[in-house]
Parts: sequence; C-alpha cells; structure tokens
Amino acid sequence: MGKKLLIQHVNVPNIHTLQVYKENGGYASVEKALKSMTPNDVVEEVKKSGLRGRGGAGFPTGMKWSFLAKPEGVDRHLVCNADESEPGTFKDRYLMEKIPHALIEGMITSSYALGAKSSYIYIRGEYFYVARILETAIEEAYAAGYLGQNILGTNYSLDLYVQVGAGAYICGEETALLESLEGKRGNPRIKPPFPAVAGLWGRPTVVNNVETIAAVCPIVMMGGDEYAKIGIGRSTGTKLISASGHINKPGTYEIELGLPVEEFIYSDEYCGGILNGKKLKAVVAGGSSVPILPAELILKNDKGEPRLMSYESLSEGGFATGTMLGSGGFIVYDETTSIVKNLYTFARFYHHESCGQCSPCREGTGWMEKILHRIIEGHGKPSDIDLLWDIQRKIEGNTICPLGDAAAWPVASAIRHFRAEFEEYIKNPQGIKDVKHYYNVHQLA
Amino acid sequence: MAKVTIDGHMIEVPDGTTILQAARMIVEDKDYVGANIAPPTMCYYSKLKTSGGYCRTCIVKVTKGSEKDPRPMPKPVASCRTNVMDGMEVQNLTSPDVLEARKGVVEFLLINHPLDCPICDQAGECDLQNLGYGHGMAKTRYDFKRRTFQQIDIGPYIKLHMTRCILCYRCVKTADQITDTRVHGVMNRGDVSEISTYIKNVITNDFSGNVIDVCPVGALTDRTFRFKSRVWFTKPMDAHRGCTKCSGKVALWLKGTEVLRVTARKNVWGEVEDWICNECRFEKKNIHDWTIEGPRHIERQSVISANHYENLAQLKLDVQKQQKQLSALK
Repeated sequence: MGKKLLIQHVNVPNIHTLQVYKENGGYASVEKALKSMTPNDVVEEVKKSGLRGRGGAGFPTGMKWSFLAKPEGVDRHLVCNADESEPGTFKDRYLMEKIPHALIEGMITSSYALGAKSSYIYIRGEYFYVARILETAIEEAYAAGYLGQNILGTNYSLDLYVQVGAGAYICGEETALLESLEGKRGNPRIKPPFPAVAGLWGRPTVVNNVETIAAVCPIVMMGGDEYAKIGIGRSTGTKLISASGHINKPGTYEIELGLPVEEFIYSDEYCGGILNGKKLKAVVAGGSSVPILPAELILKNDKGEPRLMSYESLSEGGFATGTMLGSGGFIVYDETTSIVKNLYTFARFYHHESCGQCSPCREGTGWMEKILHRIIEGHGKPSDIDLLWDIQRKIEGNTICPLGDAAAWPVASAIRHFRAEFEEYIKNPQGIKDVKHYYNVHQLA
Repeated sequence: MAKVTIDGHMIEVPDGTTILQAARMIVEDKDYVGANIAPPTMCYYSKLKTSGGYCRTCIVKVTKGSEKDPRPMPKPVASCRTNVMDGMEVQNLTSPDVLEARKGVVEFLLINHPLDCPICDQAGECDLQNLGYGHGMAKTRYDFKRRTFQQIDIGPYIKLHMTRCILCYRCVKTADQITDTRVHGVMNRGDVSEISTYIKNVITNDFSGNVIDVCPVGALTDRTFRFKSRVWFTKPMDAHRGCTKCSGKVALWLKGTEVLRVTARKNVWGEVEDWICNECRFEKKNIHDWTIEGPRHIERQSVISANHYENLAQLKLDVQKQQKQLSALK
C-alpha cells in the first residue's frame, strides 16, 4: 500500500464541504504557513521537497517559483492551470470534483509564498460542473475567513477567481492560457519573455498545474525534507495517474513515484491486469503526446532493468526506447488494438486543436491526419510511411509552442516501434479489414 | 554592445538587436562579399511591433549561446524574435540542418497554397515565389485537396483571396497598429483559420490600403489594379505629390503614361519605407497628379527588371562591383 497524500480522504462522505475537509486535517497548511512561516520559508520548503511540475514537463516547482521577478509596486499572480485537456488524463478533474478544497488550500498557501494578491484558476470549458463545485467551495472559504481581507487575522489578503475557458487544448499551454485569461484569442505567445517576468497583463506570473498546487499543502505540513524521502531519486513525492484503456480497473490512482510499471498494470491495488486476460501490446505512459511504447519496452528498459513509474526511469533510453511520465495519462492497449487507427485518432485530435499561428504545426498536423486516414481506409502508398516520418521530423522542434512536438512524437514512436503494422495496412488493406483482431473488439462489442 | 558571428561573419551590434537584424546589418555592410546570409522572412516586418515568429522560415541554429553561457540552444530558433547575446555564434546557410528544416517550412507553406501564379496579381513580386525558388523543393509531395475559401471584397479597394493566405498576421498587425480601431482579425483555428474583417466590416480607415503592401503573397490585392497587367510589363517610377495625410512618396507602376497602380516604396528587404494613404494609393491614377523623380531601382534578380530601362546602367554598375570584389579576393 503506497503512501497517499492528496486523495487519502477521498472516500470520506461530504469531503467536498469545508467542514468535513477541515475535520480531516484540511486548511492546516494555511494556518501553519501564514502564522509561523515567511513566504520565503514556504518557497524554501518546496525547493527542498524536490517537487516537480505535474502538468507534463516535470520542471522543478521550487526553481520555477524562485525565478519569479519581484519588481516593487507591481502585482504578481499565481494562475492554476486546470485546463486538463491531454487525451487520457483526468486526474485533476477527479481531485477538483472530489476534494475541491485541496486545490483551494494549495492556492492560498502557494499565493502566500509568491506574494500574489489575486490568483486565478483557469478551468477548461468542458469542466463547467467542476467550476461550479469550485465556486461553491470558494464561497465557503470566503465565509470561513480563508480568503478575502486579512486571512486568519494576518496581514495577508487574497482573492481567488475561477475562469472557465472555452475548451481549447491549446489553452493548456501556459502562455496561451494567459492570453485566454486576458480575454484574447488563445494563441501561445512567443517566448521570451517568460511568464515569470511578463505573464498575466504583463505582470510576473507563475502558472502551475492543479496537482502541483495541491501537493504544496502536504509539503508545508510534513516539511520539504520529509516529502523528498517519498519517491525515488529526483522524482519525489506521489503522483496521480489516470489509468484507462484495456484494464480491469480504470480510474485515478495515487502512486508513490518509483512504483514498478509492471506492478501498476497487474496488481489488484491499481489497474488489476489486462481486460479479459488478454496480452499487453503497448502503453502510452503520460497522455497522448508522449511516445507510445510496446509491451517489452514499457515493462523493462533497453538494459533489461524493470521500468519504474518515475520521471527518470520512463525516459531512460531517450525517445529511441523510452517515453515520458508526462501528465500521468496512462493508456493501456491490449493485443487486439490497431496502433495505426489509434494514431489516426491522435493525429485527428492534434489537427483539430492546432491554433494556426505557426506554419509547421498548422499545415503539418492536417497533412499527417490526411495520410493516416488514407492508410486506414486502405488507400495507403508504400511511400506514405517515410513521408509521415519526414513530416513529423520537420514539425518537431520548429514550432512556437510544444503542441508541434506533441503532435510529432506519437507519430514518430508509432512508426519506430510498429512499422510492420503500417506496412501490413498498406500491403494488404483488404486483409486488415477482414482480420478481426485488428479491431478494437471492446469498443465494437 | 554585443559581438555576434553569423555564418563566420562577425559584427558588433547594440544590445536588444535580433539575430535577423544583425544578419541584415552584415549584408548591408558593403565590406562583406558573398552570399546573402540574412534569413528569409515571410511574417516578420520591422515596422510592425510584435510581428514575426509565426512562419518559421527564418529559423537558425545557435551553436554558441553567449560568451557567459556557451551552450548551444537545443532547438532551432526564430531569428526574428531572438535577441543576440555577446559572443553568440549562429549558423544559417552553413548549417545543413537549418536548410533542411527551412525546406520543410517552405513545403508546409505551399501545401495549401494554390499554384495559381499565372493568374495571380502578386506573381513577379511574391515573397513566397522567391522563397520557393530559393529554398523549396522542385516537386510537391502533397496529393490531397487543397483548402479553399470564397473571395471577399473588403470595401471598394481591397480583395481578400483567403485561399492564397499563409497566415503571416502582417495585415492583422497593420490594421491593429496603424489604424485606430481593430476591424480585422483572425477567425477559426488550425489550417482553416481565416483572416477576417469580423463579419465583413468594411475597412474605411485612410491607411487601410497598406495591408496590400505588407501581404507577402497575393491574398490581399488592389482591386483597382486586378488583372490590368503583369507586374513585369509595367514601368516602376519613383514619384511624389503634396499630400496632407501621408508623406506622398510613392512608387508608380506605369504602362505608357497610364498609372496602373500606386504602391508604397519598398526597401531591399521588401518592407515599406513610408506608409501611404488610400487617397494616394487608389484615387490619384492620373500621371499629372504626380511629380516623377525617375526610374525606380529594381533588383537585378527580380523578374520585373527584365524590361526595365534602368537595368542597363545598373547592370554595368553590378559588373563593375563584381570585378572589384573578385580582384579584392585575388
């Protein structure tokens, strides 16, 4: 049984209300931070904890906080990125829906650490009902004196706002999120300047993922050093993983970083094995944009060591044989899955979500989708595989924001590890249509 | 001041200069002999704030970040939006990776661009044509249907042919920055994004015609000139008139004594020198409205120079310059 810090009380009845949340140890970090710590102490604890961004990139949170520019007389902002739109990821929704106060408590403590007087939660449009849950919780927090003027009788005042987006994937990119929050079209900005210098309305801003902010509360309570003991190596603490696909128990799980992947997939505590006793074919370990890995590479790395659920272990071997922890969207495919069809779904998504600012992503994503559509329709050409490879290579790294990379990596990894399947689709289109096991039988049934 | 080396040419530039501007300074500096090391641009426009960074044709490789931090930058960077650092070393034409990536960008720009140059008014002075010749491939690998849009008349003078647009955002920034009210933006997203005047509001501003000049392709064209002539059959002349709204310094495009078109004067980088008003551009089509200064200088590489009588004198100058450079090399 791994240690749980974020969702240990998730099954307590009415945990979404402030009173029950408080009875279970809630808002203690606000009391501790505001009454006995300076903002710098909090930043130092977060630095010591080794907490890394849970949104996908895994950048050390303490370092990000210490980069925040602090010019005199200019407001600073903390923005929570609740625009969780990565396909396969639903951990933030689970946390906000079940324990909204965990996020609000984290927002207050983190805002205090950064000296922000107004903070924002930017939530995706599809989560409108979660926004309502959050707003109710914020009202409760205002009534209890955790938000507003002179919180808990101290000098610190904070206003917290929830802003609902319109549901664009690109608004999960931090600068596009800030544009959208300012009321503009959600296009990523060109960096530099980074948000830490000029973010929301040109003011210094920190943008953090929901889970990152929620993890600040246990760090303040137990101390950074203690938190750093959980996990493995530079991957400290716990992580919410949203497991989906062909597994017996899909859902959101909190794991200690460093859990073996094999245990996560097959143990009854977590995914509970592959559905209907089938064999594992492939895994997308961190949301749709990270490289897909075949079963033999996800369970063991290229040196034959067991792979662990951690930032380092999953990226062992680079993109040739590794992947990324990403946002923790763990998608499992059994042997009946068609990787080519799955890739087409991903490519269609990225084509639909490209903002259209820079040319490689705008034109390349559409092109890849059209080629993949042609292949699964049975009209693929032998040259299409190399063409796809060349297109993704010319998108990756050449775009303004990481959406281009996110569109390119799944294509690259699918061709790298499952090239034979693409060839089969092109050589024998009719055969593919007849052979039942290439279909996702679970979705058809 | 910062010292920056681009393709082996070193120059000292003020802090805050971008790599692209530094490269252009090197080219403008007559001491340097050789290829044009300034990266091509499709969206960057030095006169428009916050322009650039979108088209990715100007990407370069930074092999040394700065004197303090000599690590190379991990990805190719957009030279138009990256400031130089002291001791920076940049590769443009000398890096095969950059040329390869740029070839990719050109291909991306062209996959949804119609190959209607034979009927396009921009042909002959089109940045995308030049870019395609300079950095593209001879054949396309794209064999799907291209994206198309209906043509829109933006007011009585400007035609928007969205099918040809490469979404450089220059016209959006022009409408934003030289006119008071923003009536011109982008709708939709991805490869179906569309330049729009937001439900066809007509641009009535006096300087709206400048969006035609900043357009690198034939997406925004002059309705008073459409299909009148190929641009290389016209005679470009520098001319001016006393205008109360703008500087009145323009380029006339003549056929005989008939003024077919009036545009702003563009410098060697294809950028407008002075914005001109709609009255000069669209309404003064009589040669007696203008004081002619003389033939306009046209680059020898341009197709427009083919029948241009300034050409002979220029050719002589160019040959002299080349001989001088060759003897200097010996």
